[in-house]
Amino acid sequence: MNSFPSPQLSWNVIADVRALLEYPFMVQAFRAGIIVAILAGIVGWFMVLRRQSFAGHTLAVVGFPGATAAVLIGVSSTYGFYAFSVAAALVIAMLANPGGSRTSESAVVGTVQAFALAFGFLCYTLYGGFASSIGALLFGSFLGITSNQVAVLAAVTLAVVAGLAAIGRPLYFATVDPDVALANGVPLRTLSTFYLIILGLTAGAVSQITGALLVFALLVAPAAAAQRLSLRPLISLAWSVVLAVAIVVTSLSLAYYYPYPLGTFVTTIALVTYLIVRVVRQ
Amino acid sequence: MSALIQLEKVAAEVVGRRLLSDVDLEVEAGEFVALLGPNGAGKSTLIRMLLGLHPIASGRITVLDQVPEQARQNVGYLPQRRRFDPDLRVRARDLVRLGLDGNRWGFPLPFNRNRAAVDRVAEVIELVAATAFADRPIGELSGGEQQRILIAQALVRRPQLLLLDEPLDSLDLPTQGSIAALLSEICSHQGVAIVMVAHDVNPIMSYLDRIAYLAGGKAVVGTPAEVITGPTLSRLYGTAIEVLHAADGSLVVVGQPDPPAFHSDRHHDDGHHHEYDRDPRRPHSH
Repeated sequence: MNSFPSPQLSWNVIADVRALLEYPFMVQAFRAGIIVAILAGIVGWFMVLRRQSFAGHTLAVVGFPGATAAVLIGVSSTYGFYAFSVAAALVIAMLANPGGSRTSESAVVGTVQAFALAFGFLCYTLYGGFASSIGALLFGSFLGITSNQVAVLAAVTLAVVAGLAAIGRPLYFATVDPDVALANGVPLRTLSTFYLIILGLTAGAVSQITGALLVFALLVAPAAAAQRLSLRPLISLAWSVVLAVAIVVTSLSLAYYYPYPLGTFVTTIALVTYLIVRVVRQ
Repeated sequence: MSALIQLEKVAAEVVGRRLLSDVDLEVEAGEFVALLGPNGAGKSTLIRMLLGLHPIASGRITVLDQVPEQARQNVGYLPQRRRFDPDLRVRARDLVRLGLDGNRWGFPLPFNRNRAAVDRVAEVIELVAATAFADRPIGELSGGEQQRILIAQALVRRPQLLLLDEPLDSLDLPTQGSIAALLSEICSHQGVAIVMVAHDVNPIMSYLDRIAYLAGGKAVVGTPAEVITGPTLSRLYGTAIEVLHAADGSLVVVGQPDPPAFHSDRHHDDGHHHEYDRDPRRPHSH
């Protein structure tokens, strides 16, 4: 960001927005950011309802060794994020108790998470530092997003939204009332595995913008706030998407004007949004 | 028409251990039947077998003239459970609706409001006298209010048979009484047969048609007056049992042995449900 004159935020909103969209890299960042926010808003809403935040965090952290391993063998880090996050989702789905006991799941998840971080750092060390810094992989960056990356993000988002639309109602049932859902013929195990894969894809996608460690901000905060804003599932789901997009757009704009990391803005705005909703909706 | 439920010489096993054997039971339309017995006697397991959620070790179970797995769609089920998480942001009304069509694939579209389904949910909520609190989050409701909502959920598909696992558990006494009265009303007015697991027979005694008392791996079936007597229960437990009649008409069973062997297997009996709130030193009241 030091290669061009530092832009200044003015009171002229139109001029500010025009300045924001002047550079192709910013347009690309907004495209990727908005896609990722929509994805995180929807998938995160189910994650918060299912109390699977810990699993979501782990699937994101696993993206880090995925990215470093991909670079180590000479592949784009994009594919590393997706491959490792989805593989970890399958491992968690297989190892976790079929009954869906959260205790055994969190034990499996915690072990996978620690291993993943260490393995990622090992790959990083073996390579001896790469072009994109370790900081960007862990804490996010909006620089140098390729149009190929955006296309893959859009495709993943479409697939995930289509998948969730197909299983939305039984997944909701299985989440809020598993015993009765099972008795009514809802296949709990299959749905749980399917959702973990969706969560893996989402974590892989979102970590490319927010970094592996900060995926949480976009997956949890908008969804948790939205569930306080409305009791009706569809309206609260819509709120989750709106909040996530607003957080990302604001963060990207601020990151353009101020020389601080993107992750700082995303997490701060997410936290503030959640706190405001909590206080207002007490 | 034949009985809604038929059990012939049914045996149940939990993790390879024989829990029940030679259980015979028939339940007719509109009957109100209670499954009684000490912890670990196999009451919840029997309910799960009736739903096809637990394998039958031997014997035969027919539910609505079908094998249990097939009949499941037409049976209302209320599992034993703790209360919902107070933070669960789900409307009570939506929970009832899930009982109606929650197992259908897809996603409910906002512009596609199914009038018949909305009306049926409202009707069944009115039936259990829950309209006043149906739009509040389920986690914020009291135990009795939650139980009414869950009964509505179990009834929403108009089943001929309701299987209830300890619906009165952890409710205070007046609430137990009003829920028991509601269940009896559903039995007599809607013609629905109810089989319910209970720890304490007293709140439901006056409404019951029959009792299946499970203990020591066997079951005795009959009217409350036939089953809850000193001689019958003594034979079942294989030890001297006394039944005391209190002045208010309630019964107290005394001398019932605490079965230590059952306690360790309690966990398997009920899957992941527990009862932490039973004081083993307290005399078991019936």
